[in-house]
Amino acid sequence: MSAPDFLVHDSTDNVGVVVVETAQAGRTLVGWVMDKDITVQLLAVDPIPLGHKVALGDMAADETILKYGHDIGRTIAPVVRGGHVHVHNLKTKRW
Amino acid sequence: MSGSFWGFRRENGRVGVRNHVIILPLDDLSNAAAEAVANNIKGTLALPHHYGRLQFGADLDLHFRTLIGTGANPNVAAVVVIGIEPGWTGRVVDGIAKTGKPVVGFSIEGNGDISTIASASRAAKDFVHWASERRREQTDIAELWVSVKCGESDTTSGLASNPTVGNFVDKLDAQGAYTCFGETSELTGAEQVCATRAASPEVAAKFLKTWTAYNDFILANKTNDLSESQPTKGNIEGGLSTIEEKAFGNFQKIGHKTKFIDVLEPAEAPQKGPGLYFMDTSSAAAECVTLQAAAGFALHLFPTGQGNVIGNPIVPVIKLTANPRTLRTMPEHIDLDVTGLLRRELTLDQAGDQLIDLAIRTADGRLTAAEVLGHREFVMTKLYRSA
Repeated sequence: MSAPDFLVHDSTDNVGVVVVETAQAGRTLVGWVMDKDITVQLLAVDPIPLGHKVALGDMAADETILKYGHDIGRTIAPVVRGGHVHVHNLKTKRW
Repeated sequence: MSGSFWGFRRENGRVGVRNHVIILPLDDLSNAAAEAVANNIKGTLALPHHYGRLQFGADLDLHFRTLIGTGANPNVAAVVVIGIEPGWTGRVVDGIAKTGKPVVGFSIEGNGDISTIASASRAAKDFVHWASERRREQTDIAELWVSVKCGESDTTSGLASNPTVGNFVDKLDAQGAYTCFGETSELTGAEQVCATRAASPEVAAKFLKTWTAYNDFILANKTNDLSESQPTKGNIEGGLSTIEEKAFGNFQKIGHKTKFIDVLEPAEAPQKGPGLYFMDTSSAAAECVTLQAAAGFALHLFPTGQGNVIGNPIVPVIKLTANPRTLRTMPEHIDLDVTGLLRRELTLDQAGDQLIDLAIRTADGRLTAAEVLGHREFVMTKLYRSA
């Protein structure tokens, strides 16, 4: 495949990481799920900067975000598939 | 993987990759004299720092362990110690002298700076002549002691540059090398998974006890949820949202197979033979690398996302990044480009091999970006207030 737009560490993750500087809202992004070596697609609904996370599905508030197949915190606001996931809607369960 | 490098074998058998003559101040008061000696005598390096007065207990022990360990590091050929008074100066000299390398101390009280600088400069000059005749010899890669620490991490660190270091650690561990990771606080969220990578239940328990003590200290002193401290502003800019996310990225640096065989106190030298060690350190880059250098590690691997520029005065710090923007905007700081991993142009195994090749070339004498740019961050860890 050509260079992916986002990478997913683990097939159980509900977020991916954008690895290009061109993930504008309305663009279809191609993702590579690293552990299973499969390709997925989704429509970006927010502009997502390089290195930032994109939601792979819709989520309500207070759901657990999984990355690396592990719990990295909880949503503090609803998130839609293709939306930007960061400090405005994701918070640590520690500290 | 196999290999060898050209290193300086020291009197105690350890092998260094640099040949520094250092002027080591015992305390803040002696920085001026140490820097004057380094200015007088070309080929020496002063290591100024802020501490060494009225410290006590474990904090004082750490101060001595760091100074003695820095002088004892095999990248150092010889040491001139300068302190305000002869007692503690002699303690550092005696500690370093156990390695068998040339070391001498000078104290300022009763002499003044100018006379001390003159005496210390003469000794330093002799050391430089002597050190300049040391020769590198071919050495098995298993004798290369390598520490790892990441900084200004972002999500590309966890995806690519940290796993590249992990691939290196797995391959070097199989060769019987000594490796070391730290950053106690930055394993928060991944601490239970990290504990499963201990070589025995005893080591796992020691790790969790160390992590819990650090976490309790943070909980006791924090005034908010540590937003902008852990993760840092730079981490957040790079897309890291929580400490847990940062921890799982950080943790990629120890690879997939290697188990850690012991938990070290800050600046404590490994005592259990070849293998991967965890050291209890701060996650601040210069503090961590300074402690690892004081434990005897001679080469450092530093993956960065947003572009941390750290170096160390005695240990070459190799920087790698997978972030294409960092590579484009600050290329002079990056020794190895692994951005190809994100484009699927490079496999992790290939990236790990490239890092091994660069590590050997650096051990052989190639200067790192941080060395060429003059980054010499020597930062002592202070555990609490002085008396």
